[in-house]
This record gives sequence, C-alpha cells and structure tokens, in this order.
Amino acid sequence: MEQLISLFVKAVFVENMALAFFLGMCTFLAISKKVQTAIGLGIAVIVVLAITTPVNNLIFNHLLREGALAWAGYPDVDLSFLGYISYIGVIAAIVQILEMFLDKFVPALYNALGVFLPLITVNCAIMGAALFMVERDYTFGESVVYGVGAGTGWALAITALAGIREKLKYSDVPAGLRGLGITFITVGLMSLGFMSFSGVQL
Amino acid sequence: MSLRNVLDKMEPHFHKGGKYENWYALYEAVDTIFYTPGQVTKSAAHVRDGVDLKRMMILVWMCTFPAVLFGLYNVGFQANTAMASLGLTESNTWQGSIAGALTSFNPDSLWDNIIHGAAYWLPIYAVTFVVGGFWEVLFAMKRGHEVNEGFFVTSILFSLILPPTVPLWQVALGISFGVVIGKEVFGGTGKNFLNPALTGRAFLFFAYPAQMSGDAIWTAVDGFSGATPLGLAALGGVDAILAQNITWFDAFIGNIQGSVGETSAFAIMVGGLVLLFAKVAAWRIVAGVLVGTIATTVLLNLIGSETNPMFSMPFYWHLVLGGYAFGLFFMATDPVSASMTNIGKWWFGALIGVMVVLIRVVNPAFPEGMMLAILFGNLFAPLIDNFVVQANIKRRMKRNGG
Repeated sequence: MEQLISLFVKAVFVENMALAFFLGMCTFLAISKKVQTAIGLGIAVIVVLAITTPVNNLIFNHLLREGALAWAGYPDVDLSFLGYISYIGVIAAIVQILEMFLDKFVPALYNALGVFLPLITVNCAIMGAALFMVERDYTFGESVVYGVGAGTGWALAITALAGIREKLKYSDVPAGLRGLGITFITVGLMSLGFMSFSGVQL
Repeated sequence: MSLRNVLDKMEPHFHKGGKYENWYALYEAVDTIFYTPGQVTKSAAHVRDGVDLKRMMILVWMCTFPAVLFGLYNVGFQANTAMASLGLTESNTWQGSIAGALTSFNPDSLWDNIIHGAAYWLPIYAVTFVVGGFWEVLFAMKRGHEVNEGFFVTSILFSLILPPTVPLWQVALGISFGVVIGKEVFGGTGKNFLNPALTGRAFLFFAYPAQMSGDAIWTAVDGFSGATPLGLAALGGVDAILAQNITWFDAFIGNIQGSVGETSAFAIMVGGLVLLFAKVAAWRIVAGVLVGTIATTVLLNLIGSETNPMFSMPFYWHLVLGGYAFGLFFMATDPVSASMTNIGKWWFGALIGVMVVLIRVVNPAFPEGMMLAILFGNLFAPLIDNFVVQANIKRRMKRNGG
C-alpha cells in the first residue's frame, strides 16, 4: 500500500509528465488559455490514462511479452515488436469511445474540447505513460495507480498554466513574444519551480 | 536655483522631439525620486492615498537594512573567526585584501567584522545594481514604461540571498536572468508571475550548484569549509547542530553560516514587523506560511522516521534556520507574485509552509527549501485566486436567487 502511495506521488510531482518530461506539449500549450477548459481537458486526460495504461498493461503481459502466449500453447513467441502499434490502437479506440460518450452526455465539455479531444489520441503523455509502464515492468495494480497519477500530474500542470495565462492577459509582452513565445517561457519557468521535487527518493 | 528649477529646465529636452527623448525614462526616475509625481488622476473615481508604488518599494528597501547590517557583521565575524582558527593573518582573496588594507582581522572587534563583511557584500550589491539597472533602464527606454523602484527591492533582495563567496560574474548572470526572463519579458513590474529575485537565485542554484550549495561557500575564507546548520541537520538532525555548539538562540540572532542577509531571524523580524505594521506585507500570507509549516512539522514529527533525522526536527528550529525568515517576510509577501484575494492569501501561504518543510525533510537533494517553495507557491497563486473568485461568484449568485 505504502509503495503504491509513493508511486502515485512520484507520478504526480517528481516525474510530472508535462513539467519534468515535457510530454503532451501540443495540447498543453494550446488548450491552456482558460482555467475551465483546462480542467475539462485535464479530467479527460486522467480518464484516458487511467483506462489505457492498465489495458495496455494487460495486453503487454498476456499477449505481447516473451512467453506471454504460453497459455495459448506458444511459449516461445515474442510479440513485443508489436508493442507500439498495439498501444496506439488501444489508445485510439478508447479515446473514440470517450468522445462518443461525452458527445452524448456532456455536450458542453465536448464542444469546449473540440478538435483536441481526438488529438488526445496522439498526446505524447498518454503514449509515454504506456511506454514507461512497459519499461518499468509495472504490475496491473501499479499500472492503474501510475496511470491515474501521471494524468493527475498533467492535469495539475495544465490547470496551473491556465491560471497563470489568465493572469498574463494583463501583461505587456513584447510584440514578438506574444502568444506561444511567452507561453514557452512561462512553461520553462514553471518547470524551474517543479525542480523542487527533483531528487526526491520514494 | 532650486533642484526643482533645474529639473524643470531640463524637462523639454526629454520630451518627444527633444534632444534626449530616448532617455526620458531616466529623467522621469530621477525626477520622481526627489519630488512627488505631478500627474494626478483628475476625473472620478479614484482613491486618495499618500502611498504610491515608489514610496512602498522604498519602505521595503529600508526594511531590509537591519538584515543587511547584521549580515555584514556576520559575514565578517564568520570569516575572521575562521581565519583565527586557521591561524591566518592575511586574507587570500581580493576582497579580503581590501578589508586588510583598511583594518585588521580581529573577530572580537565589531568594526573589523563589519568592514570585512562589507568588502564581500558591497561588490555583490554593486554588480547586482549596475547590471540589473542596465536591463531595467534599457527595457524602460525601448518599451516606453517607467523605471521603477521595484528594482531597488529586487536588487537588494537578490544580493542578500547569495552566499558571500559567489563569483561576481555569476551575480551578473543571475540578476540578468531574474530581471529579463523573470520580469521584463512580461512587461515589467506588476506583470510578472514569479518573484524576480528568486527566479535569478533559482537559475544560479541549478546552473552552478558548485558555487551555490555545499559546505565550502558560506565562509569568506578560501579553503575553509563550514556547513550551514541546515546542512548539519540533514545529516544528523538537531543533535548535530547542538554538537557544533550552536544553540537555538544563536540561530535566532544569526551567528551562523549562511547567505549574507538570511542568517538572523531577529534582524529580519524587526524589518518584517515594520512591513506588516505598514500593511505593505500581507499578514494573512505570513500567518498562512506559519500555520502550514507548524502543521506539517508536527505531522512529520508524529510520523517519525528511522533513517531521516530531519523528520524529528521541531518547528521552532525550522523557523530560524536557512532562508525561512527572510522568505517569510520579504519574498512570500511580494504583492505581485502572491495571491491577491484575502482567502487566497491563506491558501497561498499554507502551500508555501507545507512545501518548505516537505522539501527540507523529504527531499535529500536540497537541504534548503524556502526559495523553491515560494517559487512553487507563485505558480499556483493565480489558480488559487481563480478558485476563490469563482466560489465567490457562485455564492453571490445563490444569494441573489441567480
């Protein structure tokens, strides 16, 4: 139990997807103009990560890894070269389902997220979490916690960024830096603030 | 001829079309240092108040003086004590040679200590002021805003949170980063979201860890290494501090190793209370930080740890060590980068208080956490405000039958 809590804290703060690994930058920079939308997107990412990471974990452990097909009578087969395409396929399918669900039941959020909801499919943070999960050999339980944690960290970062950008509306940024330029600088400074966690051993 | 007349006579040259129109920002800065600005709001509605940004910033600047004076004494005292214990009579650094030309190195003499300390701190402050001032004036001239006293505060705060032995080119680099990236790219004072002095310090901390942390940098004598009490505590807890004959009262008064202006909780408190009394610093933030720190420390004391002695460090030690007091009164209360709403200030303070203890205790990489905790708090300050405002809107909607 204690180990799972450590894993969660580590995924949220120490190895923050957005501010420590700089994953999922496209959506991170594009959908962070308003706090409300950022929270919506953050929740969507948490949900997608919480589902895809464990599902990919099952697929990896029971179909792809070396010897995983022993139950089907093929103990020598190693399908791990199919990893990337399987994970991205799973992610795409789950995002599609989530999209239809939101369209039907939460149309306001569906409209606010617009084209960026399908883009979660290619959000590097989602794929990154799947690949970290494989590389670090998480068990099923750990992958659930890691997925939720990584998503929470990303959501926290984008919400904070949206807060800062709402405040920066009153700033007087030099013409050449307006828009994405100043956002990059802001994210860099935020990641400086998140350096306070680097070095924490859990 | 009075100064007013001289200034008035010069003024036309600085207006648009005049000989020196590019230098208007400098003229305006000099003019308003001596005289109250002439432009006032003429139409309704406005608040009448004797205080303006200039006077407020100057007050903060003056409130750092107790910490500066004690810092000078302490840098010299630590250096002279170290020299006496090493048996040195000549200093081996150029700052030390300057001090040596003026006085001797007797640790018992107040005068000797202050001169020796000043020989280290004044060059740091001068470099901060010249380099930072250069960027400030350059941006003011090119972008057409005023040079303002926010920079007085930024420069003195920045010079006080550096270790005395820091190389001067790093001082220049740090203040450049702090002023340009931390403040001016956002449009100058009041438009940034991080404290510029801390941004510069954090930049140096991560870029040049060798000159910013460790045991050898806190005493202004080459080849002498003395750990800061926090460094000691990270290894052996409070017992390790007491073993060096440092009592809680020493740490409170400030006769310990550390950055120039950060060691004396007492001197900082004198200036800080003036700020609180003048309502320049928000008491809610200060109270929030204290509540957060004490609650977290007590919790960690209760949890305890076999391997990490910092877990058992009581809160009254946390309050007097490292940059805690300085950050509490001068950094966390920076009105630009803190939360603006009253409820938000409590949350903002508490977040800093919790984070500083967590970084000090849980993160083995950094013994000191105040700087990073405040930067972390700054990141979430706008978000906290946003939530407070949203909650307020919701409450009023409900009250008025929406």
